[in-house]
Amino acid sequence: MIKTKADIAIRVHADVMDVRLPCEIDHHSAVRVRRMIDESICAHRPKTLRIDASGVDFMDSSGLGLLMGRLSLMKKLKGELILSHPSPAALRMVRLAGMERIITIETNK
Amino acid sequence: MASYSVGDCSRRGLIVRNEINIKLPSLSVNEGMARAAVAAFCVQADPSATELADIKCAVSEAVTNCIVHAYRDTIGEIQLRVRIYNEGLVNIEIKDRGCGIEDVRRAREPLYTTDAEGERSGMGFTVMENFCDGVRVTSRPGKGTTVTLTKRLQDRFSAT
Ligand SMILES: Nc1ncnc2c1ncn2[C@@H]1O[C@H](COP(=O)(O)OP(=O)(O)OP(=O)(O)O)[C@@H](O)[C@H]1O
Ligand SMILES: [Mg+2]
Repeated sequence: MIKTKADIAIRVHADVMDVRLPCEIDHHSAVRVRRMIDESICAHRPKTLRIDASGVDFMDSSGLGLLMGRLSLMKKLKGELILSHPSPAALRMVRLAGMERIITIETNK
Repeated sequence: MASYSVGDCSRRGLIVRNEINIKLPSLSVNEGMARAAVAAFCVQADPSATELADIKCAVSEAVTNCIVHAYRDTIGEIQLRVRIYNEGLVNIEIKDRGCGIEDVRRAREPLYTTDAEGERSGMGFTVMENFCDGVRVTSRPGKGTTVTLTKRLQDRFSAT
């Protein structure tokens, strides 16, 4: 299958699950992204869920719901959630909701 | 340029320069198309990249609310009307004939949602308020809701 920027990519190695979000996160895409992430979490039980939001050109409040939901799921499994390299569009939403205080954010800087 | 006048726009000397109307069924697959269509129409008013991103996001919030709340469990019609006025004023109306909102003031509070199990964050109205210059909500329970977004585009060419 050809992987495009528009599609989600999931990779699991050891107890880390890496997810790269597609370029647009709205209600329509979030439903599918959530289902794919949760199926993989249930199958692999990772300790760390790392969500790479570097390629997100568009995100609305549905993305916040997606992140909050995954955070509470990982907490339930005694694991952690890391938001990796959020794009300006993603970071703007996260900040607006004050979520940078409750989510671990990983950046190069 | 010939002005195109519609109804109430004489107020404050505003002139409607252009207008589009879009009707769409409340299918989630239409969310991306709706915000892209509004953004494409607004380009003629010369918005900055940030202003265009703001408009897209605010429209996405309002349209998604029609789909997930107003027409929850059914499919209904969403009406969008976009007007471009003189002086860089853009006005976007998003209208549904869905369930309506009992308490609009409460609905607009940050983090308030009636759909927590659907993983909604209750931030939609807060996003609209932050990304626009004006947000007006009129709603009647059982009749529907109209959200009117106003965005004032900065004139980037005249010295201020
Ligand atoms: N068009 C609408 N018709 C009926 N109810 C609405 C409509 N728009 C908003 N609401 C109500 O207002 C509440 C708040 O809306 P808001 O967009 O702020 O948050 P949300 O949609 O619940 O979550 P989020 O937008 O973060 O995904 C909703 O939970 C819903 O009860
Ligand atoms: Mg909403």
